[in-house]
Amino acid sequence: MTTDKVLMKGNEAFAEAAIRGGARLYFGYPITPQSEVPEYMSRELPKVGGCFIQAESELGAINMAYGAGAAGGSVFISSSSPGIALMQEGMSFLCSAEVPLLAMNVSRGGPGIGGIQPGQADYYQVTRGGGNGDYHIPVFAPASIQEAVDLLYEGTELAQTWRNPIMVFTDGMVGQMMEPVKLPDYKPVLKPSEIAAARNWACTGYTDRGGDKERRVVKSLRMQPEKLEEHVEKLFEKYARAEKELARWESENLKGAEVVFVSFGTTARICREAIEILASRGVKAGLIRPISLWPFPNKAFDEIDFGTTKAVISAELSMGQMITDVQLALNGRLPVFLAHRTGGMVPTSPEVAARAQAVLEGLK
Amino acid sequence: MKPIFEYTKGMTEMSTHYCPGCTHGIAHRIIMEVLDEMGELGNTIGVAPIGCSVMAHQYMNVDMCEAAHGRAPAVASGIRRVHPDKTVFTYQGDGDLASIGTAEIVHAAVRGEKFTAFFINNGIYGMTGGQMAPTTLIGQRSTTSQDGRSKELNGMPIKMSEMLASIDGAVYVERVALDSPAHVRQAKKAVRKAFEIQKKGLGFTLIEFLSTCPTNWGMTPVKALEWVRNNVMAYYPIGVIKEPKEAEEA
Repeated sequence: MTTDKVLMKGNEAFAEAAIRGGARLYFGYPITPQSEVPEYMSRELPKVGGCFIQAESELGAINMAYGAGAAGGSVFISSSSPGIALMQEGMSFLCSAEVPLLAMNVSRGGPGIGGIQPGQADYYQVTRGGGNGDYHIPVFAPASIQEAVDLLYEGTELAQTWRNPIMVFTDGMVGQMMEPVKLPDYKPVLKPSEIAAARNWACTGYTDRGGDKERRVVKSLRMQPEKLEEHVEKLFEKYARAEKELARWESENLKGAEVVFVSFGTTARICREAIEILASRGVKAGLIRPISLWPFPNKAFDEIDFGTTKAVISAELSMGQMITDVQLALNGRLPVFLAHRTGGMVPTSPEVAARAQAVLEGLK
Repeated sequence: MKPIFEYTKGMTEMSTHYCPGCTHGIAHRIIMEVLDEMGELGNTIGVAPIGCSVMAHQYMNVDMCEAAHGRAPAVASGIRRVHPDKTVFTYQGDGDLASIGTAEIVHAAVRGEKFTAFFINNGIYGMTGGQMAPTTLIGQRSTTSQDGRSKELNGMPIKMSEMLASIDGAVYVERVALDSPAHVRQAKKAVRKAFEIQKKGLGFTLIEFLSTCPTNWGMTPVKALEWVRNNVMAYYPIGVIKEPKEAEEA
């Protein structure tokens, strides 16, 4: 049943949303700031006929996810930045073998072990692919617990539709805070015996396929370069469709804006407050909030009021990673600046507002 | 006329890419013959490793998936969670299972995962061209131990089966050899026993095959079999290392 609004901690709401969206298998390894997710899954999945394994490592977890996904299961995994780094071998493998997976990165500051406070410095890791070879993973960045719940609820189906991992990229701030959320209804799930017909590529053994002895092989290796090139080109036809169909964003106050912030997740919420501060000082500011980070919502930038806007500011919890995509999307149409903190530090809205005013002052 | 011998339905009708004298072909065949005899071909999901047998799925006539290097036990654990009633196996070489994948195989055994691991121990990295493996014998030459493996530099060859047998969740571990018809028959019996124990849900099972790599050992196929008999079996004795008590099996 769809719930009325309940107050939930981010990580627990994420886990519940994944279950309600159809995920029945979770493989994880503890890492701050997302350890409530495996804890919740270990407790709740068995109650709905699902399975939880505490893996020996993130390498173990991603490969269990690959095996379960290749066998036609609906899998959810989560980790945080250094753990996601360990999973990259598997991400590349899953993309190559076209195995669906719903994954979540509750990110923290880096590089290295870094810290445990919120960060967005995994932008390159999640959007560029930390693994080897030509591949993409659609990445969605929620700015509230409710939005994360909605994306995770949709995620299992998206992963199956695209036969690719889908990543929800949030940060320790959203994971650790509490907000009221409305939880959607439980989606129906497949019985093991129904998998062979519903997922006509999954390894199930042919007895489940009514005597159809055509073997199913889920694989990545292609020794002949011609075959590998052909396979990668086929993957990229899919990614080209994804670029058209999965680009998502929200824009606010673009009409007549002098300055436009581009930011996602936690930082977008800070920018919204900065916009109010700027308005009180007579400066009109707007916001483009990418929801999909790959594909990057390039079209959003055509909505900018080029008659009034003098500068675009990429606001990030990193030394400036998304800014590269902002520059590509603008293609020289406007100057691009950075407003940032990193290492787990989060800017205040007055800091961001002051940065915008300094940028505008500098352009005079 | 009644046929007295037929090609097993467990193998596809395809020539393998393995070198002359390599025992992968024998190991493949006895595993698939057992699954055929047990009527399990349509009920089995296998996991191929990285190594020479990465393309085992071309020859083994069951649903299969590839795994990244060393990760087959994690992959098999995931498969078992989706299809708890199927027969699941991994097929892994010594680089895969005894080096890069030690964490995955150890923890699969710890969890008592109900799949069977087939461990091909030929003491060398075959696919990459004959580098030293964790199971290369002391004094044995390889392209990364050109004067022979030294204990000082590399330690002693690892005994995975003995190590894994010490884990409670591992219920059946046997080391077999493929150097003679008698040993091949013994190996086939071990494979059958492992699958039967898996079907009973008793826990993790592993069969180690002492195998050959004439190409990278620089030996003829016949000399390679003699090397297994005279040198490998001296360090890695064949036989049951651990098995369930009869009461548990019944």
